[in-house]
Amino acid sequence: MALDDRRQSVTDERLSAMVVPDVGCTAEARQAALGRVRSLGLPQGRDEYWKFTRPDTLVQPDAPAASIFKDDETPVFDSFDRLKIVFVDGVFAPDLSDDLSLEGVEIDRLEDVCCTDDHWAEELYGTLEAAGQTPVARPLAALNTAYAGDGVTIRVTGKPSKPISLIYTHEAEDSDVFLHHVIRVESGAEATILENGPAAARFNKCMEIDIADTGILHHIRAQGRDHQRRAVTHMFARLGRESVFKSFTLTANGVLTRNECVIELTGDDALAHVAGACVGDGDFHHDDTVFVTHDAVNCESRQVFKKVLRNGATGVFQGKILVKEGAQKTDGYQISQSLLLDDDSQFLAKPELEIYADDVVCSHGSTSGAIDEDGMFYLRARGVPKPIATDLLTLAFLAEAVEEIENEDLRDEINTRLQSWLERRRG
Amino acid sequence: MAVLDETQVKEGVDQETVDAVREVGGAYKYGWETDIEMEYAPKGLTPDIVRLISEKNEEPEWMTTWRLEAYDRWLTKEEPDWAMVDYPEIDFQDQYYYARPKSMEVKPKSLDEVDPKLLATYEKLGIPLKEQMILAGVEGAEDAPAEGRKVAVDAVFDSVSVGTTFQAELKKAGVIFCSISEAIKEHPELVRKYLGSVVPVSDNFYATLNSAVFSDGSFVYVPPGVRCPMELSTYFRINAENTGQFERTLIIADKGSYVSYLEGCTAPQRDTSQLHAAVVEIIIEEDAEVKYSTVQNWYPGDENGKGGIYNFVTKRADCRGDRAKVMWTQVETGSAVTWKYPSCILRGNESQGEFYSIAIANNMQQADTGTKMIHLGKDTRSRIVSKGISAGKAQNTYRGLVSMHPKAKNSRNYTQCDSLLIGDKCGAHTVPYIEVKNNSSRVEHEATTSKVDDDQMFYCRQRGMDEEEAVALVVNGFCKDVLQALPMEFAMEAQQLVAISLEGSVG
Repeated sequence: MALDDRRQSVTDERLSAMVVPDVGCTAEARQAALGRVRSLGLPQGRDEYWKFTRPDTLVQPDAPAASIFKDDETPVFDSFDRLKIVFVDGVFAPDLSDDLSLEGVEIDRLEDVCCTDDHWAEELYGTLEAAGQTPVARPLAALNTAYAGDGVTIRVTGKPSKPISLIYTHEAEDSDVFLHHVIRVESGAEATILENGPAAARFNKCMEIDIADTGILHHIRAQGRDHQRRAVTHMFARLGRESVFKSFTLTANGVLTRNECVIELTGDDALAHVAGACVGDGDFHHDDTVFVTHDAVNCESRQVFKKVLRNGATGVFQGKILVKEGAQKTDGYQISQSLLLDDDSQFLAKPELEIYADDVVCSHGSTSGAIDEDGMFYLRARGVPKPIATDLLTLAFLAEAVEEIENEDLRDEINTRLQSWLERRRG
Repeated sequence: MAVLDETQVKEGVDQETVDAVREVGGAYKYGWETDIEMEYAPKGLTPDIVRLISEKNEEPEWMTTWRLEAYDRWLTKEEPDWAMVDYPEIDFQDQYYYARPKSMEVKPKSLDEVDPKLLATYEKLGIPLKEQMILAGVEGAEDAPAEGRKVAVDAVFDSVSVGTTFQAELKKAGVIFCSISEAIKEHPELVRKYLGSVVPVSDNFYATLNSAVFSDGSFVYVPPGVRCPMELSTYFRINAENTGQFERTLIIADKGSYVSYLEGCTAPQRDTSQLHAAVVEIIIEEDAEVKYSTVQNWYPGDENGKGGIYNFVTKRADCRGDRAKVMWTQVETGSAVTWKYPSCILRGNESQGEFYSIAIANNMQQADTGTKMIHLGKDTRSRIVSKGISAGKAQNTYRGLVSMHPKAKNSRNYTQCDSLLIGDKCGAHTVPYIEVKNNSSRVEHEATTSKVDDDQMFYCRQRGMDEEEAVALVVNGFCKDVLQALPMEFAMEAQQLVAISLEGSVG
């Protein structure tokens, strides 16, 4: 079907400003992705899937500038023993990164995939993204597959001794970055991937994750704080039998963030948990869009999203559980909650269920409101000053999401960050 | 029904529920046809047809102009495609937009003059058009006080209102209850003031179509401080083939008044699908209250999805004054395709909106239904309770919006929608939209497997019931609560559904 005029011109304008990188063996996948962008067209404000978030600044040819944020706080995860992979404005920085060799994992730069024959990632690149285009189009992910300038491929074959940490630093005020990572967790393997940093003025990141039968992947992401960047990220995960995928994201500011997570449970007894805690203050728009498809028997999925919003911040949640015919014994859970600390902030949600199997337990809940008055009264009655009581109740509110992080030390790290964010704002 | 009979019902689903759904989805009881000589407008939709409808209703010039403007708007609008319903493209030129019994050419002055065939039709439907005290078939009604048992009926047959009962008695109370065509002639000032003020002409594709071609419907005006002395009801019957029914209902509850309004509908069993696109507008002033109840039982098509009514309805209530209150209750069992979202605009401070719905889709039926609660005023309250049940190969979707505007301080919404699937070939979907733009309001949305209160469970278990029994009792009690929101006359029809428990349901 032909695109309407507006979409066509916006899409043409964006594409004409870009060049598909010279990329050897991913060339075919990139051309196919470009074809998807052309046929889908880039998102428009009136699209149902972009009902609550304006895509304009993510789509326009030039990235709106974002000033570099600097402070003296130790970067998140810094105290952890980890394998560091650093990107500066979207370009891999070997000097700042660790040696990429680690037992139980093969890490390559995306570039290297392109010049290695029969690289395992070759057939995966763009595959999960392409599959994730139905039933809902995600043209910005296809745009990423076509134009990604850098990224890594991670193949987990054993149980690496430390987490693999992707660090994105931001140094140019007008950087416009596309990163694409491909991750494969083999049978019986287990790894933890960490991500942090603002990355760029405009950041488009796509992650394709393929977890084989019985594979386990933990993913913990901290999306910087107090910076002005705009970001759209996609995570496409495919889960095999008895595999486990647990992802947690902390977001603390950023002008515009859209995190899309597309999970497909294709093997029986698989488990996927995706959680997010977000604290927004002022000019902040955060959107969690999650689509979980159950296409196998006896799988479990959980979506836990908590948002604390103040000074005109906006929080969005679009979550969906699709249970396909035959996906019996599904256990699907979805909760999205917002805590509005003042009258200017807003929470917009669309928690959806689409179910075609009868022997399933699926539930969703969504609430929005101010700080619990009873809780506040209890703390105040015990002499806790109001600002501290507010922080305590806020942390308690976020706890259900943070608890989705299995590793205790990482959980503590995230809690500490949340606490210091709140403290800074207490003034 | 074959589909449901062969269905393997999952363990834990109450047999009573299955039987009740089977009963409801069974042979359609109202599928017969009245053999009566009809008069049709030519097929298709043109400005001439719009003028013809206006002319047949002997409407003033302003009304004709209003319709023609709507027609022009309609030409520019696109059919909505966002609902989870799938049906062959409708050829809007292959429909009759006006059909009336020949005998209605000269409008009867009283019910005595109405064609006996028409009276017999309604008699057969269980809605006798006599000013009798009790509606046929209502058991136990003898015990109710005489006043409480009266129901005034406006009967709409294809494109025209056949007659309205108890008009004189209502007039004594100051209540105007008549067909909308009559109201346009008799009370133009009221119609002009309110028509299109809740559902604007260009609101959506079907509402715009309705604005152009609506042929009849009901009109209610309850003056300030008046409690309408009886239930008002409209019974819609589609009889003619290839004919769309486009009715328009306008209800105005002036300050401090109260009215309860019931709506019922049936159609003959045919192989071809028929279109029904209605608009209901309700205006509720300060301290007034309106209850609107529907038992929608249009022909749903056969088990292979042949025939049935396409039901595209726009219903909206505007709580304009402070403390205005509206309650929508619907039992949706019919129609091949349902597209219906009775909504509440809570404009007045402390106004209240409630929506109770049971939607049952069986065989090849598709229902996409829900509500919108738009909170604009301070301290407004809304409650949504929706139960969707799917069987056979049916698809049942709850779609709703709860919107708290920045000025709607201290408002409250509670939403609960549960779905039950009987068989593994059907689908149940939930598409809620939640928009909260102030922090003093609370919004809660829940859709859970079995939301059984622990205290109630404890109480039952303590008295020796096993868990299953206790759940059944509690859930049934809950469902009955919803059904009790229906006035007695309709509760009878809905009674068949009472046994439905929501065990094994999914949110």
